[in-house]
Formats: sequence, structure tokens, C-alpha cells
Amino acid sequence: METIRHNEAYKKHIIELWKNPKNFGNLISPTHELTEHNSICGDEITVQIRAKDGKIEDAKFSGSGCVLSVVSASLLTDKLKGMKTKDVKKLGKEDVKKLLNTKIHSSRMKCACLPLEAAKKALK
Amino acid sequence: MIINNKTAKKIKQDFPIFKNNKGLIYLDNSATSQKPKQVIKAMTDFYEKNNSNVGRGLYLLSEKAMEEYDNARKTVAEFINSSSNEIIFTRNTTESLNLLSYVLASIIPEGRDEIVLTEMEHHSNLIPWQQLAKRNKMKLKIIKMKNDFTFDMEDAEQKITDKTAILSFMHVSNVTGTINDVKELVNLGKEKGAITIIDSAQAVSSIKIDVKDLGCDFLAFSSHKIFGPMGIGVLYGKKELLEKMLPFTFGGGMIKRVELGNAEWADLPEKFESGTQNIAGAVGLAEAIRYLEKIGQENISGWEKQLTKYALEKLKEVPQIKIYSPVLEKNAGIISFSLGRIHPHDVAALLDEKGIAIRAGHCCAMPLMKRLGLVQGVSRISFSAFNTFKEIDNLVDVLKEIEAKLGD
Repeated sequence: METIRHNEAYKKHIIELWKNPKNFGNLISPTHELTEHNSICGDEITVQIRAKDGKIEDAKFSGSGCVLSVVSASLLTDKLKGMKTKDVKKLGKEDVKKLLNTKIHSSRMKCACLPLEAAKKALK
Repeated sequence: MIINNKTAKKIKQDFPIFKNNKGLIYLDNSATSQKPKQVIKAMTDFYEKNNSNVGRGLYLLSEKAMEEYDNARKTVAEFINSSSNEIIFTRNTTESLNLLSYVLASIIPEGRDEIVLTEMEHHSNLIPWQQLAKRNKMKLKIIKMKNDFTFDMEDAEQKITDKTAILSFMHVSNVTGTINDVKELVNLGKEKGAITIIDSAQAVSSIKIDVKDLGCDFLAFSSHKIFGPMGIGVLYGKKELLEKMLPFTFGGGMIKRVELGNAEWADLPEKFESGTQNIAGAVGLAEAIRYLEKIGQENISGWEKQLTKYALEKLKEVPQIKIYSPVLEKNAGIISFSLGRIHPHDVAALLDEKGIAIRAGHCCAMPLMKRLGLVQGVSRISFSAFNTFKEIDNLVDVLKEIEAKLGD
């Protein structure tokens, strides 16, 4: 038996995005906005969306969190652009995993899914 | 047994977890201790040789189980210098404190409606009292922590008054590792006639507890933090107080006589132990105490002090590290730290990649984290008898790597 799990979460592309996340900041005139907290780890991510005629034109995020929540927010806001607002609710854990393209352990899924939760609630 | 690098490795061999997890560096001993084979064997032996229910069987097996249970209680009583009928078995420290929060009201003298706690408390010694305060319209008062991570005794003197009904506080902080001056605080409480309670969950593994010397009314701790099994804890209470208190849970085993409309309670300690008890847990706890005493709490604390001294110095090599633990003399082998803006969960996850297990987050002490200005919590390491200097070197090397990878 082996204890050391070769964690793949912190791959190079993840670290690079953590250092220079895309879509970080504030939209000038968001139509939807929500801040989601994870009280357990103190993470706080705000997702802002600008949508027109049911289609997302732009998305940004702000706040602070661990590597996985920040990188997930960066990738998610990229994916949201161009999506139909009604399709966002169909996104789930598997989509987050696909976006991150890395191994996420069960104890960290909550961090990784925080931005998606914020986006879904913002569009409700 | 004096612990050094060599004997620490020998002690490590008592713990099967390390055979089954090659390369594991376990620095989360405050969350739960690992279990030595002696404890696991004692529990297996009970189930394989003497398993039966206690206090109700009239056959040999039941008598043997009863004897083991009684002996376990005696071992615990002697361990903290009390009597067997002052030892109540519970599930853990949390349940011990909850029990008190539910039954103490019946013995609070009239005119006293304040509960005094401290800023350092673990949620288990905070929330039960918040709830009691809400139920009985009492007032919570909180003793401040100074910037050196010790209690502000001047503030304590202000807050403990003739109105204080209950004074409850932790012995050793699970976050900062501070060894609190509990005796002085108990004395302050007693001078004002308050009921005094010590949460010793984090202290028992390395500090010799003598309830007579401490003079407290109640003291709580868990088995799982002192090499014992999970699911069993202890509440010590002064006999005259326990006798006056109403039971906490009701049912079988805690009665003398029952009629359809009424019941009479059993004597101590059964009055507080309804239903089938965790006999194997008690047996395991007793064995854990024997194991602890065989090594010696003073030897464990001596070794942990050496490790802590080394770690406090060595950790300074990590850029941007900030330590949230007191100076060595007041430290019980626990060090909390932050690493610049790197999230504690990332620190723990990256250490995990190298087989190093630490705690990260708010450590069940959210108000303390707020006091320290740490919304994301801390990274925490905590030592035991089997840890070594080399493990600290490994930890520091990996922390430097993490800093290089994620730091500003």
C-alpha cells in the first residue's frame, strides 16, 4: 500500500492560470451577479455576467480563493462567453473537471465547483 | 522511555498505519492520534474473548466484560487522580461538554446568569454554551486573547464576577498550541463561586492531569487524541456536583427502579450512561493510557518540545511564513502558520503530494481565525512521539517548493 498519491491537480497550466487568471476583474454593466462563499475555507468568488437576449456576451470574476477555485473561475468565465443562459444550469461537476483538465480529489471538488455554483445562482 | 531520533523510530513501529502507508509523514496528531498495535489488540481481544453486554448478564462472559469495563474506568480515574464514580464515559470531548450544557442549569445558584468563555475556544466549547445561553436567557462573556497567544488575565479578572455561573475554557489551544494557565483561571473562577470546566482534549497527550491539583469542577477529554480509539471520551466531575445533577440521556442502565409513570436514577457513574456502552472503546482507552504511561507523558512532551524548538527555527527559512503559535515554553507541540497569500488548502494539498499530512483551514475555531485576521484559516502541524527532525526537514523543503511554485 502506498500513501503518496501522485496528485495531478497542480499541473503547469493550472499554476500559470492561477498566477495570471483570465477574466479577473469587474464588468462595467453586468446583468447578473452573485458572490458565493465557502465558509469552510474562506473562499469568496463573485461571478458577473452580461447577457442579452438569452445569450452571454461577457463574464468576469473577482474575489479570492485557493488555486482550484480561482483557476476554475477563470476557465468557467471563458466557457460562459457565448453560451445560452438557459444552458448554464445544465453544467455540472463533470464539466468543471473537463475544464480544469486535471485530477481533482474528492476533498477539493467543492473548491473547484464554487464558481459554477455562483454562475448558476446568478442566472436563476 | 527517553525519546530521541532512534527511540522515536522504534515507537513508530508500534503503529501499523505506517506499515500500511509507506512514506507517510503524519503531522496531524492534534486532529487525531494514530493507534498503536497494543490498543488495537486490546480491543480485538475484548471482542474475541469477552464480548457481551455489561450490567445485565448473569453469566461468566458478562462478568468478565463488566470487570474489564470497571477496570478501564479505574485506569482513567487514576490517570487524572480522581475516583471511579467521578468518571463518566461519553463519545468524546464534544459530547462531554454538551452533556454539561444540558444538565448544569439545575445546579447553577440563583442570581448567576453569565457564562464566561475565551476567544480561543474550539467550537465544541463554544456552541453548546451559546445554545444554553439562548435557552436559559443567559449572557456570554468572552475573555480576550493577547497578541502573544495567551489569555488576557486582566480581562479575565474583569469578566469573572459574582454573576458568573459557568467558566469554561481550553487547556491547550488546538490552533496555536498555547498551554494555558488553567490553574490560575480555575482559581479566579472559584474565588467568585463559578462552576469551572476545563476542555483538556488537546492537553492530555503530553500534560499530566491532576484534577485535585487543578481544583476544577469538571474536565473533559477524548480517547482518540491519546492513542486510543475513536468514539469514546471522558467527563470528569466532582462527585457532589454529579450527584446533584439530573441525567442527560434516559433509558436502560441508568435507573434503579422504574414504574410506568416514574423512574429512580442509578448511582454514579451509571446515572449518566444510558443504553449499551462502548465497552471495547473503554478497554482500548485504558490500554492507550497504559501505552502513554509506559512511554511517559513527560518524555513525550520533552520530545515534542525538542521538535517544536527545531521546527520554529527551521520554518523561518521559508520565505513569507508567518507563525501563529507562542514561544516554546508555552507551546504544546502545535504550530500554525500562513504562507503569504497561498491558501492553506493548497499548502495541504501540495504537501499531500509528498505524503505529508497536515491540517489546513479554520481548525474548528472560526472566531479565533477572525481574531487572527485569517479568513482562509491556517496550516497546522502537530507532533507526536514518533515524529523526527528529518520529517521536519522534509516538511520545510516541500514548503519552500510550494512557495517557489505559488508564491508572489
